[in-house]
Amino acid sequence: MALLEVRDLRVSFDTPDGIVRAVRGLSFSVEPGRTLAVVGESGSGKSVATQTITGLTRGATITGSAYFEGTDLITADAATLRRLRGAEIAMIFQDPLSSLHPHYRIGWQIVEMIQAHDRQISKQAARRRAADLLTLVGIPRAAERLDDYPHQFSGGMRQRVMIAMAMALDPALLIADEPTTALDVTVQAQVLTVMRRLQEEFGTAIILITHDLGVVAEMADEVIVMYAGAAMEKAPRRDIFYRNHHPYTQGLLASLPAQNSLRLTPIPGTPPSLISLAEGCPFAARCPHVFDRCRVETPPLADVQGDPRHQSACWLNHDVTEAVAS
Amino acid sequence: MTETLLKVQDLRKEFPTQHKEVLRAVDGVSLEVRRGETLGLVGETGCGKSTLARCMAHLYDVTSGSVWFNGTDLTRLSRREMRPLRREVQMIFQDPYGSLNPRRRVGSIIGDPFAIHGISSGQQRKRKVQELMELVGLNPEHYNRFPAEFSGGQRQRIGVARALALRPKLVICDEPVSALDVSIQAQIINLLADLQQEFDLTYVFISHDLSVVRHVSDRIAVMYLGKIVEVSPTEELFEQTRHPYTRALLSALPVSDPDTADSRERIILMGDIPSATNPPSGCRFHTRCPKARTECTVTEPPLEPVAAEHPEHETACLFPLRLGEDLSTAVPDLRAS
Repeated sequence: MALLEVRDLRVSFDTPDGIVRAVRGLSFSVEPGRTLAVVGESGSGKSVATQTITGLTRGATITGSAYFEGTDLITADAATLRRLRGAEIAMIFQDPLSSLHPHYRIGWQIVEMIQAHDRQISKQAARRRAADLLTLVGIPRAAERLDDYPHQFSGGMRQRVMIAMAMALDPALLIADEPTTALDVTVQAQVLTVMRRLQEEFGTAIILITHDLGVVAEMADEVIVMYAGAAMEKAPRRDIFYRNHHPYTQGLLASLPAQNSLRLTPIPGTPPSLISLAEGCPFAARCPHVFDRCRVETPPLADVQGDPRHQSACWLNHDVTEAVAS
Repeated sequence: MTETLLKVQDLRKEFPTQHKEVLRAVDGVSLEVRRGETLGLVGETGCGKSTLARCMAHLYDVTSGSVWFNGTDLTRLSRREMRPLRREVQMIFQDPYGSLNPRRRVGSIIGDPFAIHGISSGQQRKRKVQELMELVGLNPEHYNRFPAEFSGGQRQRIGVARALALRPKLVICDEPVSALDVSIQAQIINLLADLQQEFDLTYVFISHDLSVVRHVSDRIAVMYLGKIVEVSPTEELFEQTRHPYTRALLSALPVSDPDTADSRERIILMGDIPSATNPPSGCRFHTRCPKARTECTVTEPPLEPVAAEHPEHETACLFPLRLGEDLSTAVPDLRAS
């Protein structure tokens, strides 16, 4: 059974410029111990979707459901969400400095977090646990460093502190929103290694939100490619890279710098506004394969060549499957 | 024989810190940029690549050393003497939001270089600006719009137009595509390539993204803690890496190919980059180097050609990698001798 089952999630924000439809009918599931990568460019809705699931989008209009171990997170009350967040669903974000309080020692912050969810644990025991966690994520002399302030840690170490805090209560699901985007590549490699190791050790499921296809290739089991608030393609990792179907996925991969070509192949144009999105495929205006139907009717996700694990929201896919079916 | 356009000699740039220490951002760099080439400059945060670039454009006064441009030492020029040379060396910055004044219209931003250097005015300047806009793929009718009305990629085009206004010889691009999404990034990289062809431009291209640098550069210089550790023609740097830091940097780069990602050598460096106020003794990389030896802690390796047959490929390492050497199993040996 899936650990998290999201169905037809829609999130919109009322802004002075109009209603921004940030997520438009997103469905996916996460299995225990697996890594789901959600990849997309700025404004694709990848962060909004996961923030909504954890109850962090205030003032948004939300429909749909997100069942986590039998509880619908969308309709759950604040107390339930607070209990689940941290204990069952942990989160790490791009900028670890803004997630740590600058005026409190690292150790104090981890201990406070452990005690908030476990009223029975003594301060000493929580502190020991904090030191163990820092050791686990590869921070040398962890016991001493508990007394340091966040500014005394480097960027990579702060992100490892955040991972330590996220893993403190052995959550079933870790949501990592661009966890290594602010880090240098050698430090990124350290952090990704720590995440992979913890997943093996604790069987944590990970939703990894990223714009970096390299990180996807290294970390993901399953992949969702998002564009303009909707999933364009969903597939196991190798299918996304080697047997991709959606023209947007193909465009993204073709945009990457290649070694043996003089010119890159960008996707022409820019993503559409999420305020005045017309009917039809959101990628139609930039798609090299666009035809009449794309501009009037929105293609739903459908299986690619009859494989339910690989889906693409493209009319070309429908033509193929319909042709196969008939 | 390729001609040298800009030559940096034993350049140092120090900054005082709040704690009365000295931060050696660039600490003895010698490098040349050849006419018509793209020289890539890579390294991690704090390695001094942006400081070096700003010294090349003489945006900073250097602490010591010289920057020769077309036979003139820029470091010896006064502000006034520098002014005519500013036309020749221009910069493109990373942040297309922070580098454009939000209250000024795009036409006047791009026209600034003409105004500053007293070139053309009125309708003539407007026509020149609109030609530039067209050149970089902007709609010339958007002359009177504000930066906020443009997307990130279009803003970067504005930055490119402004840099090209005075037809410079050298353009220093400091992380020009790092803030952009990949599909837009490719548009800007292609634009820069087209402009280089059309106007015979020389680029210094700074990026932390090695795959971008590999695509655009003829040669690449790798920096670590204020020094160049390896410089080489692009493909040779990737195929015949000599410096352990370069190798680690390459191996840490996520590749967008699952099969390669699963099978390749991965070197995870220990620890973080040391502070530039108090760099390690000897080779600065010895604290994190998988094959460091005792000698590395005392002797600073000079930047030298790796072999007589490869004068173009230089590295600063006492024990450079041999071809095919496996670094993932190497263990440092730092016993006192």
